Amino acid sequence: MTWQSLTDWWWPYLFILLAGWLPTDIWRFIGVLIGGRVREDSEALVIVRAVATALVAGVIAQLILYPSGSLAESSIFLRIGAAAAGFLAYLFLGRRVIVSVIVAEVILVGGLSFHF
Amino acid sequence: MLAPILLFIAEYMADSGLPSEQADIEDLKTRLSWFLSGASLIISVPALILMTAHVGFAGLASENGVSLAQATFMVAAIWALPANIVLIGAISGGYSLVGAAIAVALSSIRLMPMVAAFVPEMRGPKTRRIALFLLSHFIAVTAWVMGMERLKHVPRNMRTSYFAGLGVTLTLTNTLVVAIVYFLSTDFPPIVFAALFFLTPMYFLTSLWGSARDRSIHVAMVSGLLLFPIIHQFAPTYDLLLTGLAGGAFTMVYVRWVRARDEMS
Repeated sequence: MTWQSLTDWWWPYLFILLAGWLPTDIWRFIGVLIGGRVREDSEALVIVRAVATALVAGVIAQLILYPSGSLAESSIFLRIGAAAAGFLAYLFLGRRVIVSVIVAEVILVGGLSFHF
Repeated sequence: MLAPILLFIAEYMADSGLPSEQADIEDLKTRLSWFLSGASLIISVPALILMTAHVGFAGLASENGVSLAQATFMVAAIWALPANIVLIGAISGGYSLVGAAIAVALSSIRLMPMVAAFVPEMRGPKTRRIALFLLSHFIAVTAWVMGMERLKHVPRNMRTSYFAGLGVTLTLTNTLVVAIVYFLSTDFPPIVFAALFFLTPMYFLTSLWGSARDRSIHVAMVSGLLLFPIIHQFAPTYDLLLTGLAGGAFTMVYVRWVRARDEMS
């Protein structure tokens, strides 16, 4: 059974539910079951939080190092440089998200404009 | 527009334990104001960044022969941008239903530890599990980062209302963004998309760093950032999951080391 197996109007929606919604929300529901057993001040929560944070950091690294779409054509060094400069600007210029975004974007767009 | 109302009612019933009618009305008013306060975060830098990411998704869907109605359904039903992108890839690659489901499941495993860490943060003293199941659908990376940052400033028994406002509004708005952008078939020069796609990692990076309550979160972040490219080389399919486990393990070694050091001194 593929996306094009049936021509009925409802088939793509069923496909989205079975191949998209179910394998996504099932993890959320398991997360609720696990999170429900974890006490606020427990060691288990420290562990779960450490794993979740490292995982989200992995998502960040993925978006910078192996992006999809138009960003994929830019140089990896430009992207790392722009992200590092943006993060340093955040750390040393008053910890403001907007400052880091502006610095990173100026470097990225500047570099792209000069075909770096 | 029925979904948020139903959700709000379900969630209200779940948390309400007060006996008198008067107190119930007062409680409902307070809940509504926290719900709206969460919803108002739709006008914020991270919410705007997420909308720009969905502008890109609308383009991807239309390029791959997914209709407007199907694309908007995907956004609302799945509510995880990576899973949606994987599903579009599976559809255009002619995957079977089972193959597509496995690919999506792998990209969505990350939601499990994220939700497990989020639930103790969000639940109130009387929150029912059904409310948590309903609300968990709205937890994706942006809402997770925003929630971890802000929930601690919300009274414990109002947190589910606050997150319902935030989560439902984010989901509905972005579903609408995809529908509108798809309908107008808006096209931008590649450099605009490149700049837009770069907003998301910069926002995650800085807000996650800023919302950390102790140094262990910073250790987890740095280890995740550094471990990911190495693990990606060896196990590209499981890279995120393994990064979470390895980075989490390294962080726990650090936490234990700090405790041992503090006990000695």
